[in-house]
Amino acid sequence: MTPYIVLSAILFAIGAAGVLIRRNAIVVFMCVELMLNASNLALVSFARQNGNLEGQVAAFFVMVVAAAEVVVGLAIIMTIFRTRRSASVDDASLLKY
Amino acid sequence: MEFSAPQIAHEVLWPAYVVFGAALLGVLGEAFLPRRRRFVGQVAIATLGLIGGLVGTALVALDLPSVGSDDVAAYGVTTVGDTVALDGPTMFLWGLVLLLGLGGVGLFAERRLESGLSAFAGQAAALPGTEAERKASTEGLDHTEVYPLLMFAVVGMMLFPAANDLLTLFVALEVLSLPLYLLCGLSRRRRLLSQEAAMKYFLLGAFSSGFVIYGIALVYGFSGSMSYAAVTEAVRAGDSGSVLLLTGLGMITVGMLFKVGAVPFHAWTPDVYQGAPTAVTAFMSAATKVAAFGATLRLFYVAFGSERWTWQPMLWVVAIITMLVGAVLAVSQTDVKRMLAYSSIAHTGFILTGLIGLRDTAEVGPAEITSLQAVLFYLVTYSFATLGAFALVGVVRDDSGEVTAMARWAGLGRRSPVVAGVFALFLLSMAGIPLTAGFVGKWAVFAVAVSAGAWPVVVVALASSMIAVFFYVRVILLMYFTADPDPSKAGSADVGVGGDAALAGASSSTEAERGTVTVRSRARVADAVRVETPSLATVVVIAVCVGVTVLLGVMPGPVLDLAGSVGTFIR
Repeated sequence: MTPYIVLSAILFAIGAAGVLIRRNAIVVFMCVELMLNASNLALVSFARQNGNLEGQVAAFFVMVVAAAEVVVGLAIIMTIFRTRRSASVDDASLLKY
Repeated sequence: MEFSAPQIAHEVLWPAYVVFGAALLGVLGEAFLPRRRRFVGQVAIATLGLIGGLVGTALVALDLPSVGSDDVAAYGVTTVGDTVALDGPTMFLWGLVLLLGLGGVGLFAERRLESGLSAFAGQAAALPGTEAERKASTEGLDHTEVYPLLMFAVVGMMLFPAANDLLTLFVALEVLSLPLYLLCGLSRRRRLLSQEAAMKYFLLGAFSSGFVIYGIALVYGFSGSMSYAAVTEAVRAGDSGSVLLLTGLGMITVGMLFKVGAVPFHAWTPDVYQGAPTAVTAFMSAATKVAAFGATLRLFYVAFGSERWTWQPMLWVVAIITMLVGAVLAVSQTDVKRMLAYSSIAHTGFILTGLIGLRDTAEVGPAEITSLQAVLFYLVTYSFATLGAFALVGVVRDDSGEVTAMARWAGLGRRSPVVAGVFALFLLSMAGIPLTAGFVGKWAVFAVAVSAGAWPVVVVALASSMIAVFFYVRVILLMYFTADPDPSKAGSADVGVGGDAALAGASSSTEAERGTVTVRSRARVADAVRVETPSLATVVVIAVCVGVTVLLGVMPGPVLDLAGSVGTFIR
């Protein structure tokens, strides 16, 4: 079971690093999705290990939440792209200090 | 594997159904009501839904079965396969969230300040500064979707503190957050700031919920179940130093601290509070904090109660830096909304001080207040003062919309004594001056923290309270004892004012003055700041906030008793 958990931890770390490093809001958002999917892998592996269904059910809920988040997130990123002609998270910097 | 249908206690859950039903009805109303009737229809649906929920909460709360033992009072039931706990504290928080939701609807429905239009974008899809945007304004288009969105956020906020299961916690977190991300981006004026706030809030919020769900997965791996009861059992029985448990607990904590806006996860707070439409900020700053602290309390007290020795030192550190960073950074702010945002960060620290005052029930004397009681009371005092303060920020305006640059509030006390006086009252309450609600709240959380041995945290809390008094009183001095800035003396105006008005100019009406003057000086000669008369709903909201703040300061007994009589969390 451990290899799956290690894999999910690696995926999660890649996602988290991507959020912090990448500049394009869409890519940042994709990295967040990678973090959620890493969690799904961990949940399913632990469900198998624990021998109950809760983790698998949770994975379904995470997918639904991720889909809802895509709707809201892409709407927000698209409005800001249309206004600024850029989806870079560094450009949106009117609010600071 | 067998699957058995869970028992659902509809007779206790129905207030939440009313609110959720009203939210769904609002979506249908958006589809089927003719455009002219939507505003009235949506406001009516939202108000009735919230009032129905409030009445229901009161009825249900009076009728909760007692499940406590002789020395610990507890009332309530767990339902839907133990994933939702409906107990005294839940009902208290439901009532508070629904009241704040009503306040939010009142502020959202404000249309007098923009001469017949709401504070929300006429058409969010129209680009700022284009013909399409102007057309949306002149035709009086309005996003009445904001009311269903607020209602969905309220549903999430009701489910969040009731969550008795890690998965429910995550789902409720998202249900309350997603509508708020959208609401932040819908401002009519200063749309670039508003959209930027929405994007920052969304990306950081999604990032933090990624941490929550991974933490949940790890804790599930440790305990073999999502339910708080099973987690407690596993913590008691198993190895409390397990890597899975500690990492999972830490990651869930990151997400919860992000939602309440604690340092070092506070970076979004000032940006979002400043950029979001003021009505949204008012609702969000008050209600989100209430719901998130409710959920945090249950998570730490019920699920990780037996792991107390691990999380208490961590929260000591977080509380200390939150109070200090919030108070110190608030001192240097030049924008009223940002100043209030940093003050809300400092308040998060004070509430955390109450949270770490948790002790075993056997240690708490009969006359002493419990940590839960102190935190619930503090949430009441904080949320009404914040709601009222942001509502007042909305009525101080000039031709380009709200005036949030602090320098331009100078002399407000002489021109509008009532508004300045009420704002000063809220600031004094937040500062914790005696005879206001804030004083009793602070006293309560400090008292429980001291009796739990967290006196170093309380010393820091007192120090940062003093720093906080400085910046609250500075605003009061500015309003009452600083000369009115003369609009004709353009040279003396603050630089912050120029930047602020230039930003506002992106979607406002300063074109008329174009020609002879430069952008900077045109912005400086912006018309005088004035206090406009808001609609009745806003006045009522502010009046209620004033009433609560004064009453709780003079006579805290009844609410303090109510917060004590709700009993503990059921397990």
